[in-house]
Amino acid sequence: MEIGFLFISILKIAAIVAWIYGLLWALGHSKWWVKVIGIVVAFGVIQLALSLNFGGFQILTDFDSGLLFQAAGMAMVSLGLNLIYGFNGQFSLGQYGFYGIGAYTAADITYRWVTGDPSGLLVVGFGCILAGLSIWGIQKFISRARGIPVLSSFTLYLIGVIAAGALAVGISGLLSPGLAPLLKTSTGPGALATGIPLQVVFFLSVILAGAFAAIVSFLFGLPVLTLGSDYFGIATLGFTIVVNTLMVNSDTILPFPEMKGGRGMIGIPKLTTWFWAFAFILLVIVIMRNVVRSSTGRSIMSVREDETAAKAMGIDIAGTKLLAFVIGSFFAGIGGAVYAHFIGFLSPGTFNFLVGFNPLIIVVFGGLGSMTGTIAASFGWIFFLEGLLRVLLGQMGTDAPTWRFVLYPITLLLLMLVRPQGLLGTVEWGFLKSKIYPPRQKVQAETDTSSVAEVEAGG
Amino acid sequence: MTDNNSSPDILTISGLTKYFGGLCAVREFSLSLKPCDLDGLIGPNGAGKTTVFNMISGLYQSTSGDVVFQGENLFGLEPFEITRRGIGRTFQNIRLFPNLSVLDNVCIAYHPHSGYGLADSILRSNKFATKERELVEQAQDFLAIFSLENIQNELAKNLPYGEQRRVEIARALACNPRLLLLDEPAAGMNPREIINLMDLIHFIHDRFNLTILLIEHQMRVVMGICRSITVMDFGEVIARGTPSEIQNNPQVVEAYLGKGAANVS
Repeated sequence: MEIGFLFISILKIAAIVAWIYGLLWALGHSKWWVKVIGIVVAFGVIQLALSLNFGGFQILTDFDSGLLFQAAGMAMVSLGLNLIYGFNGQFSLGQYGFYGIGAYTAADITYRWVTGDPSGLLVVGFGCILAGLSIWGIQKFISRARGIPVLSSFTLYLIGVIAAGALAVGISGLLSPGLAPLLKTSTGPGALATGIPLQVVFFLSVILAGAFAAIVSFLFGLPVLTLGSDYFGIATLGFTIVVNTLMVNSDTILPFPEMKGGRGMIGIPKLTTWFWAFAFILLVIVIMRNVVRSSTGRSIMSVREDETAAKAMGIDIAGTKLLAFVIGSFFAGIGGAVYAHFIGFLSPGTFNFLVGFNPLIIVVFGGLGSMTGTIAASFGWIFFLEGLLRVLLGQMGTDAPTWRFVLYPITLLLLMLVRPQGLLGTVEWGFLKSKIYPPRQKVQAETDTSSVAEVEAGG
Repeated sequence: MTDNNSSPDILTISGLTKYFGGLCAVREFSLSLKPCDLDGLIGPNGAGKTTVFNMISGLYQSTSGDVVFQGENLFGLEPFEITRRGIGRTFQNIRLFPNLSVLDNVCIAYHPHSGYGLADSILRSNKFATKERELVEQAQDFLAIFSLENIQNELAKNLPYGEQRRVEIARALACNPRLLLLDEPAAGMNPREIINLMDLIHFIHDRFNLTILLIEHQMRVVMGICRSITVMDFGEVIARGTPSEIQNNPQVVEAYLGKGAANVS
């Protein structure tokens, strides 16, 4: 039985990795219809495996589907961290804080929506838009002046964001009474709280969760990113602890009784279907790849490689670091939102700083600076740790599961010894590969003036 | 090239001073460069030459003094803003981006002129496609000028030393500078490579109409290509003049070889 289970588990991990390879290959294909077919097939295969039932036998059981969604969320968070740590070289332990912020924000929006209170969506929605506008405006204003200290600009941004938030609360107070009857009637959920409108609200809540996490990360990163990399790591660790403390006390020191503090938030509508999980992970992968494989992406990597040289090349170091940090946190927020609506229950314990190391392990494990490695490692890691080890050990005896966290670190240790550069190093598959340009011949140089080669030949 | 005495200075440095704590690294340094000058800055180790470069390019904040470039005072500007105003530099110990390809190294220098923003790259708009191709082709043409086109996909860290120098100079020039600061370009090179380097410096000076200021310990390089030389010792300027004047200046000989050496020679 154990051998059979082991075999099937390994087969599942291999199948998932093959699935990732296929998806990335299709996305990277030059013909658009191959991309479309690839996306549909990649979506359909998993959907079928989840829903087909051959008289009691399912390819992916409910337990597996749980792992799959968890892995999808983890992949988004880890991709964000890979952008911050792997590509930009800023050692961050705060990723789980933004994951938690995203999860709680989105959960609160949809929870309030289905209970007949539109204020969550209105406040966060208008708040994010107004805060974004004010940040944009202040940036335009500041960029004209020379040599403004970081703390002064931080204060300006903070005031701008708080003002935007206050304004959003005001707008929501005006609009809420009008919307509320549509959400809840005396007989049951109103027109806007079921079906397609609810799906739209869910989509918005996920995007807004990402945007909210991004704004928080902007305000947090602005002063803290001026610290060196190690100090930045400690500061982000502190951030995770702050967020966790706020979650534990969300019903006492924060005005969110529905989050129920340390007891955990229940009753979040379980809206994450495989369709949404797949759509969002695809969105994150595409954004990530488009950012990394661009001039901005090159400037992000140059900061990792050599800050001083990047400065001398005209790269705005502070701005680049902040950009990578904000995009990474945006991904974390989206991942958290997807997770929250899959699991339906949020507890602060899920986001404490110890589990906050998980994305870091995945990123290092998959290969710093390899997007493919991060995606593959996220899925592999969850299926290995939660799937294989938990169930396998569970079948060996009642005490055996305790060995899980002995075997798991040993596995990590062994893999780090064998492959210190991570599972995939810097290898990328298909879609995520950087474009290789063929060398151009010296057409222009020959016609213009003599090239160095000739000068050298003469000298 | 020295006939443009009437044209305004491209770079004017006056009273530039830098203290590290109580230590005075550079005291009252002054220098002015005309467009298309090719000047040298020499001095014994620790004389403060690289500190001057770091202050010009904004990596160090000067304690006092002014750097005026093309009529604009650079005080308080971030290094990247100074680069974008037209001052490129190389480093004493080569600072390439080791894990990126040679092509990417040069493309990064083009980033401020990429012509498309983050939104374009996320949406992969048409603007991105055309501008990105332009940027890469520009960089490739640039590499071709330096005969580096065949190694453009190599990682920078895998190149031999001489080629790393060439890539670094190419990268600095890709920033489209008006003034190029070369910090010991010949360090660690063999005589053959040094000859190539001198040709290269002459070539870029003529082709890009550049003003070049270089720090160098190899006297044959400085004496061979510089038109005017400034000598520093213990943070102060001790002599200034043409190569032949400098060679016969007793103060310079003393700084390099010690007191009394001037009489011996």
